[in-house]
Amino acid sequence: MALLEVKDLKVRVEEREILHGLTLTVNEGEVHAIMGPNGSGKSTLSHVIAGKPGYEVTDGQILFKGEDLLEMDPDERAAKGVFLAFQYPVEIPGVATMTFLRTALNAQRKARGESEYSTPDFLKKVREVSKSLNIPQDMLKRGVNVGFSGGEKKRNEVLQMALFEPSLCILDEMDSGLDIDALRIAADGVNALRSPGRAMVVITHYQRLLNYIVPDFVHVMSRGRVVKSGAKDLALELEASGYTQFEDA
Amino acid sequence: MNVAVAKTGNGRAVSDLFASAEGRLPGSPAVIAARREAFEAYERLGLPHRRIEEWKYTDLRALVGEVLPLAASPDAAALKRAADAVKAHAIDGARKLVLVDGVFAADLSDVKALAAEAGFKTLRETLEKDASLLKTASTDAVIALNAAMATDGVILSIADGAQPSAPIQIIHIATAASASAFTRSQVAIGKGVRATIVESFVATGAEAYQVNDAVIVSIGDDADVAHIRLMDDAPDAVNVTSHFVTVGANVKLNFFNMTTGAAVSRLQGFITFSGEGSELSANGVNLLQKTEHGDTTLVVDHAVPNCVSREVFRAVIDDRAHSVFQGRIIVRPDAQKTDGKMMTRALLLSDEAEADNKPELEIFADDVSCGHGATAGALDDSLLFYLKARGLPEKQAQALLIQAFVGEAIEQIADDGLREHVIGIAERWLERRS
Repeated sequence: MALLEVKDLKVRVEEREILHGLTLTVNEGEVHAIMGPNGSGKSTLSHVIAGKPGYEVTDGQILFKGEDLLEMDPDERAAKGVFLAFQYPVEIPGVATMTFLRTALNAQRKARGESEYSTPDFLKKVREVSKSLNIPQDMLKRGVNVGFSGGEKKRNEVLQMALFEPSLCILDEMDSGLDIDALRIAADGVNALRSPGRAMVVITHYQRLLNYIVPDFVHVMSRGRVVKSGAKDLALELEASGYTQFEDA
Repeated sequence: MNVAVAKTGNGRAVSDLFASAEGRLPGSPAVIAARREAFEAYERLGLPHRRIEEWKYTDLRALVGEVLPLAASPDAAALKRAADAVKAHAIDGARKLVLVDGVFAADLSDVKALAAEAGFKTLRETLEKDASLLKTASTDAVIALNAAMATDGVILSIADGAQPSAPIQIIHIATAASASAFTRSQVAIGKGVRATIVESFVATGAEAYQVNDAVIVSIGDDADVAHIRLMDDAPDAVNVTSHFVTVGANVKLNFFNMTTGAAVSRLQGFITFSGEGSELSANGVNLLQKTEHGDTTLVVDHAVPNCVSREVFRAVIDDRAHSVFQGRIIVRPDAQKTDGKMMTRALLLSDEAEADNKPELEIFADDVSCGHGATAGALDDSLLFYLKARGLPEKQAQALLIQAFVGEAIEQIADDGLREHVIGIAERWLERRS
């Protein structure tokens, strides 16, 4: 079943058009990689799906489980199961990570008409997940991402993904700023979350990440469009030939 | 030069007020004479206005206009409503001293439980013999008006070395509409005392009323004192409060003020170090909305060497509200090794919100470390989006960031229970907003 359908999407930032009619369908259980050079519109696509302000959709649509995603506020999208792992997770001084996690999880559950988690259940769940991601408990007492290393910030994103159990995960340049060990831990966390009911869109500039998170499909973006789609081998081809062949497409 | 100003309608309204109230004001003949003198001083000055430098941002003539008549003594119905308010606002385990419409309410207070730990009298009793409590060194008009009109207050004394087992909470409750309450209290804290004093200002309804309070605090050497003031008056109320604090040697004083109510409010604190080696931590939070005006003015006088003062203030300002912080640090010529710093930050939640900040350093010694800083800004959009992308609706995301913003001031309150009480007041303010 189609989870995410992006149809002929055109997006402007201020007066400049960034996406010129982008089409992409992601089914349940699939992992899609979106690759492309800097400035091709990869991050714009992830921001528009999550509902970040500042982007004007001039044409096209985005359906999520058949519903019009563009009509929803970012918090509604999150409650429906859309999760964006940020390229640069923000630091929020004064808001303890644990408080943030519980507030967010319960806000999503409330929006879905589900009961709030009890404190012991919540703590148990956080402990389990954070242990598997090698996140120490004292990190959870600190302000959200405050003083975290690059790797810790990305692991904190994966922790949230595991807690909130979204049906669509968009990973925006998850490998940026990570050394190989940090990347492996984060990727293992992501792989553990692959399931038949959950889809992932992995946005990356480099093929390297796809050695750890192996996609079912690879799309190449250039100048605001998907210019080529294929199976996972396409990523290897790109690694060899580079993006220049698409620059004039 | 103020004579012409005193002849305005406002001046006459106060005149009538004093004449009609005089017969009901407690005190010996000497006290009544002192009141008249104070009233005459007030009448010469009139309500403070923007041309008086200390009141530049809080023009009471424009903001308040007239002083409302003296509130009647609370009747049985008023006391019953006040009893409900006490239940709602009492801090768990605290010894309560309750003033209703400016009159001490013994039945609502814990006088017996307090007696084992502190000396207590009412201002009314004290004024039968002694006029000295009506005298302060200030020439401020609202303080003179307070001296002229004060009906009651609590006179507390905590003996040397005492360590009261629970906080002492003075609760001011307003039940009367269109009336004024004038209170004056004294807290004398002995040497080596460890104590927590809390003052709460609340109302039983949402009517307009005015509060003019004065508190005279003296702290003996080696004492460790937490002084917390929580002003949550009704939305149409006016609250003008003056604190005079004298700090002995080697004292730790942790002061915290929170403003979450009143249409117009001002807390003016005058804190003087009279002994060396003392530390003052003065913190506060203003949470303002609609057209509220909240002013915190602190004058910290380093009259002796080797004292430390730290001031951390946060203001959250919504709608067309206006927050004022004036902080003056005076370092006298002998006060070497003074360390005085203040930091204020304002969070503006609307384009029409206003924050005024006036730091003043008056330094007459040459070996000191003093400084101040101030910032003002809106909520960070990137933080808001992150929280929303995690499922928090806009108002809840804002609330979480606002709580984090004021947290740095609130976390200076050492006692867990009190800190939670204060966080609860902030949370209720945030709920009122949404």
